Amino acid sequence: MSDTTRVLVFSTNTISDPGIDLAGSRHLHYSPGVVVISVPCASGIKPSWIVHAIETGFDGVFIASDGDECSYLTNCSARSAANVQKAQETLQERGISPKRVRMAAVCSVCAEPFQKQISEFVDELAKAVV
Amino acid sequence: MSERRIGVFICHCGGNISDYVDVAAVRDAIKDEPDVVVAETTIFACADATQTDMVQAIKEQNLDGLVVASCSPKLHTFTFRGVARRAGMNPYTYTQVNIREQNSWAHTDDPAGATRKAIRLVKAGIAKTRLSTPLHPLEVETTPATLVIGGGVAGLRAAIGLADIGLGVYLIERGSEIGGWVAKFGNMYPQGRKGSKLVDELMAEVEKRSTIKVFTNAELTAKSGSFGNYKVDIHIGGPKSMGISLNVGSIVVATGFDTYEPEVGEYGYGIDGVLTLPKFKALVDSSKGSLTYHGRPVKTIAYIYCVGSRQPEGNAYCSRYCCAATVHASLEVQNLDPKVHQYHLYRDMRTYGKYELMYTETRERGSVFMKYLEDTPPSVSRNAAGQLVVTTADSLTGGQEVSIPADLVVLVTGMVPRKNDTLINALKLPVGSDGFFNEIHPKLRPVETVVDGVMIAGACQGPKNSSESVASGLAAVTQSAAMLKKGVAELDPMVAQVNAEACTWCGLCEETCPYAAVAKTEVDGREVATVDAAVCKGCGGCAPVCPQDAIDLRGYTDQQIRAMIENLAEVPAL
Repeated sequence: MSDTTRVLVFSTNTISDPGIDLAGSRHLHYSPGVVVISVPCASGIKPSWIVHAIETGFDGVFIASDGDECSYLTNCSARSAANVQKAQETLQERGISPKRVRMAAVCSVCAEPFQKQISEFVDELAKAVV
Repeated sequence: MSERRIGVFICHCGGNISDYVDVAAVRDAIKDEPDVVVAETTIFACADATQTDMVQAIKEQNLDGLVVASCSPKLHTFTFRGVARRAGMNPYTYTQVNIREQNSWAHTDDPAGATRKAIRLVKAGIAKTRLSTPLHPLEVETTPATLVIGGGVAGLRAAIGLADIGLGVYLIERGSEIGGWVAKFGNMYPQGRKGSKLVDELMAEVEKRSTIKVFTNAELTAKSGSFGNYKVDIHIGGPKSMGISLNVGSIVVATGFDTYEPEVGEYGYGIDGVLTLPKFKALVDSSKGSLTYHGRPVKTIAYIYCVGSRQPEGNAYCSRYCCAATVHASLEVQNLDPKVHQYHLYRDMRTYGKYELMYTETRERGSVFMKYLEDTPPSVSRNAAGQLVVTTADSLTGGQEVSIPADLVVLVTGMVPRKNDTLINALKLPVGSDGFFNEIHPKLRPVETVVDGVMIAGACQGPKNSSESVASGLAAVTQSAAMLKKGVAELDPMVAQVNAEACTWCGLCEETCPYAAVAKTEVDGREVATVDAAVCKGCGGCAPVCPQDAIDLRGYTDQQIRAMIENLAEVPAL
């Protein structure tokens, strides 16, 4: 099935989620195994949520961060990256590949980049995990 | 956990969703979920009649949670929060599930996959709603003033309107003169009057209003604060260069457009006698008696439409205004000298609405229209005798090649977005793929941006003629009135909260918050953290920092996100 590989995306309400919306508005296709939870700011994504997603059955977690565009925090990228790294360390301790977690900046009009990045990630996960 | 009574509405969106997602299957898959007491599909969830039905269902079924699975939350969160409010339900127990932009439209190639995904998304929405708690927005007093950026017609008309509804207005213009493009224009459509005169009249109105302060050579350099109470820093250049700070409740961006500048060689651009539309307009405006160019009479004009517009590489968009502007210019030429031959080489004529009348008139008065196809564009050259010649394949006569010797060739160039990086950075303005500023929704929220209290008006949002620009300026006035005339604004209640029992006060949250929203307080003799809801911006950045996991962002609590994850992880068999 097209959605055998399951990826949870964390997006942000005002930056990356509109970018992901735009990908859909342009009918850019990616796997329906990809689902999105949108939060206000990437810095608020808890490492425990990422670990929980992997342990609940997701093949991968993709953090679509704000990059430098975050309207809340000037150091959003660094803070979010530190949280993601914490999650990766926890996963590694539990014998799970940290490569199943990925973070990339997705801007509010980054429709094609999102489609490309998420599709590559799904492909890599499908090869590595299945 | 106490029982909830949740209503779920799944939208067809005409066919935008239901052409790809089996919405009835989605309903059947979730109707027996715990706490779901209403599960329905609807053709258009946002239609007035459907909203009324929802209000009724909430009241009759005594619902305390609402899920609408439809389009992006950017479009209709406020619509359905309004439904909840009208039904007497707390608006923050409503959850919007995006099954259009992030589902049906992204998976038009995979209806079965899209349907399974919709079920996962709706179940996650139900799980989030089940754990929702009633929230109440904080009210803060707002500053009854607006900053208007840009002194063109849109900005000027907005400033007058804002003053007339009783708001203070600061109008800043980057250039040294007020009036923008229109101030330079002679006769204009659709007003049939001189642009310079229109601007003079607007300026006279501005001067009558003491509550409008105008600054030229002025640029916004920074913005701080939040909706209703922004502080903006303005740099004023010129001989007495200085910086000032202003307090405003809202901001209207009306920074206008630039015109497309063709590459040298593009349709003969660079050859003497090949002009862009703005240059030609200036020539016509300055002509008295007959039309001349470099002292020589102009007897034949060839117009090439869509130069720099609707290009697969480059500007993909239609610039909208140029067809009518060119047809209007050709009428002006006919007024100067009815004997001038005018040939219009077009791809498609888009003299929409009443501008069709101008199109008819110029044809009746002798303008000849020839349609060219995108893949066989006209070419422009100078022949041996030094004469400009336009060669085109006239698709209406079977692609017959026609050569037109012309005194002037007008490249009908469109509008392009203006470079404004400082402003975009300072205001965090959303820029669309075409480079113009993005509204939240072209029909539903046409002048609002994702930045609360920052609106866009005029051609900075996309190509518009002067009357459309003025109309959007007035829309921004109405929106500012709705935001600021109450005197208070509701602040999003989705802020951080501390579980005082779990908190052991280590100070990390206080340290990490750049807004100073967290402070130490004493509860029952223990030192714990507390969040000032009026100062907290709701980023949630403090939550992962807490070693005790004692901080939650309201609306995005740990419990809610974990429940969503669990429901999303499970792919239904279908």
